Amino acid sequence: MFRYLPFVLKNSWRNRRRTVLTIVSISMSLALLGVLMAVYYAFYLSDVPPSQALRLVVRNRVSLGVPLPEYYGEKIHGIPGVREVGAYQWFGGVYKDQRETKNMFARFAVEPEKILIIRSEMQIPEDQKQAFIHDRAGCLIGKALADKLDLHIGDKVPIQGDYLPVNLEFTVRAIFEAPENNEVLYFNRKYLDEAMTGTQMANGMKGQVSTFYVLADSPDSVPRIAKAVDTMFDNSPVRTKTESERAFSLSFIAFLGNVKMILLSICGAVTFTILLVSANTIAMSVRERVREVGVLKTLGYTRGLILSLILGEAVSISVIGGALGLAVASFLCGLVRQGPGFSDDLKRLSIHPSVAVACLLLAACIGFISAFVPAWNASRISIVEALRSTE
Amino acid sequence: MALPVTYNVRNLVVRKTTTLMTALGIALTVAVLLAILAMVGGLRSSLESTGSPLQVMVMRKGANSELASQVTPEVYQDLKFKPGIAQGRSGQPLASLEMVTVINLESVDAPQGMNVNLRGLTSTGLEMRDNVKVISGRWFEPGKREVTVGESIAKRFPGARIGQKLRFGRGEWQVVGIFSAGRSASNSEIFVDLNQVSADYQRADALSTVLLRVSDPVTASALINDVKNDRRLNMDAMTEKEYYEAQTVSGRLIESLGIFVAVIMGIGSSFAAMNTMYAAVARRAQEIGTLRVLGFSRGSILFSFFIESILLAALGGLLGCILVLPLNGITTGIGNFMTFSEIDFNFRVTPQIMVWGVAFAMVLGALGGLFPARSASRKEILAALRGI
Repeated sequence: MFRYLPFVLKNSWRNRRRTVLTIVSISMSLALLGVLMAVYYAFYLSDVPPSQALRLVVRNRVSLGVPLPEYYGEKIHGIPGVREVGAYQWFGGVYKDQRETKNMFARFAVEPEKILIIRSEMQIPEDQKQAFIHDRAGCLIGKALADKLDLHIGDKVPIQGDYLPVNLEFTVRAIFEAPENNEVLYFNRKYLDEAMTGTQMANGMKGQVSTFYVLADSPDSVPRIAKAVDTMFDNSPVRTKTESERAFSLSFIAFLGNVKMILLSICGAVTFTILLVSANTIAMSVRERVREVGVLKTLGYTRGLILSLILGEAVSISVIGGALGLAVASFLCGLVRQGPGFSDDLKRLSIHPSVAVACLLLAACIGFISAFVPAWNASRISIVEALRSTE
Repeated sequence: MALPVTYNVRNLVVRKTTTLMTALGIALTVAVLLAILAMVGGLRSSLESTGSPLQVMVMRKGANSELASQVTPEVYQDLKFKPGIAQGRSGQPLASLEMVTVINLESVDAPQGMNVNLRGLTSTGLEMRDNVKVISGRWFEPGKREVTVGESIAKRFPGARIGQKLRFGRGEWQVVGIFSAGRSASNSEIFVDLNQVSADYQRADALSTVLLRVSDPVTASALINDVKNDRRLNMDAMTEKEYYEAQTVSGRLIESLGIFVAVIMGIGSSFAAMNTMYAAVARRAQEIGTLRVLGFSRGSILFSFFIESILLAALGGLLGCILVLPLNGITTGIGNFMTFSEIDFNFRVTPQIMVWGVAFAMVLGALGGLFPARSASRKEILAALRGI
């Protein structure tokens, strides 16, 4: 079989311009398909990082925009299997110039000791930890954010309030390294409470938090805890919605509409386009070569061999296109990683080996399917008719 | 002398399979672009037709959505007597104090529940919404636990039809009517009596916004400045139109995704078109030679092949438009990052975006056709006539 490989490759190279155009065309589409598949994989198929697998998020059933009573925290803590509960208060605000995407990052008012337990995957030097706990106006930021904004320990970070009507200034006391959720700033809740005292909203805010983060003792108890929390508050005026951290972050993506549907239908359209492009070229190149097929037949090549020669050519062209496409796709993933970070999954977007394999397989299938009809016809044609062909 | 366009059309017809396949490739690219433009266009038109430039919205300084805003009844009393506010049917100033919150409704396609805006308002508030009309049932009566729901809410939530009861706040509310608000985002809202709902949520002195009606745009900007500069109030003001326009953010993300996809697919399809055109040039070498002998210049041959490629792509563009047409009118929802609630809107395949789609296809055709056309025009007569 491999004896014919040089022949196949040589044949595909006979009309260089066409082959190059086909390969580029296929690779662009496959690059797109690769990126979309990588996004799909990141959102819906990838494994949950071990640290995230233990965390749950409790929010107001109505909406993330509506707060929860703070005393729920104590009650949730009483549920068996709950190791720690921490209150998060979302602080919107503006850092320097909002128009620059790098200045957009999440800011949360938290309880310092608790955040260190709940996000224990964060690597922080011990002295910085203590400094963050003890300085009320201190803040803890991710390494990625520190690098992006060129912040160092001791720097001041002014945040202008929008959703909450106060302006705060923090001192960077600690910088953490963690595998995910790096573009975030945590600060002490007490600092926010002090600043809010006396403002119009102080009363409305009292005893209210945005969400609770719950740390479970094992991944197995996560679904049980989620259920227990929601049942506990089922008959209270403020009902809750508890889900794993993973599901919580996916619910933000669901905000963009039916993302799953959009991704899948674009993938479908792209695949079909490649199929068309590839079928068209193969048909053109087979048509040009009918006479040659006649010659091969005269020389004693069997139908099956001719069929597989043409199929082989189509498959090798589209697989080369696929490989090139994957290279472009991983470059595009790099661009996405640099983009504005509204989803942490996109911050880590890369081509997973299984996505790469799927892409190449798809490319091979496309080559095979698109070439089958012209190849079949060519292999069936009679020698006389083939030799008479003038094209 | 230029070659007649019918020559190109006939050539495309002769090679139907190739023509159709190339055109379909372009059609799919255009269809993806148009589907996303239709979606974003629908969202835009829904949000843009919601706000009136003659209504001024007053919110707490720093609040970027009605949901985050807080207004006290005292502030409302002050605002009501600002100069420039128009008068209603019974002579009252057209100033509406409103409370907005979000409730969670469960539906068949969203067992988790969908977030929906709940708006408490008074009869003045209803009077100020000219485009909102009851299409079945009636308005809620002041002082009663009744709601009137927007058209798309009634459509999407089987539990929100007339005669049914909704559960939010401290108990149940009777659905007594359905209103239509044209294409505007109010269609995805539920209207309820202000006093009832604010009491339920213990927010009688922490309401959301004040809406003021003015007679003309000049008064509107004067009133906005007046409110903004009133330090005692500490409020921010903008026209209703500006407010809703600012909410198209979620659409922008989808739009950039669509353009990214379309451009990459477009590069692929223009290469495919190039392939087809090169094949056409190769097959018609003798024909080109003949045309040259007949006296057609290099320029007119270049132009002719270029036109043929554009025609091919335009055909693809038209096919793409036909492919997306069935989407027109389909209702979909998108989350609003500012209010954390859902806005319903329809896909809108407008003639305008179809023109864009065909134009995009023609650009692809032009890019794909330029080089093959040049190579056709450069053929030497003798070599061309001698054929392959």
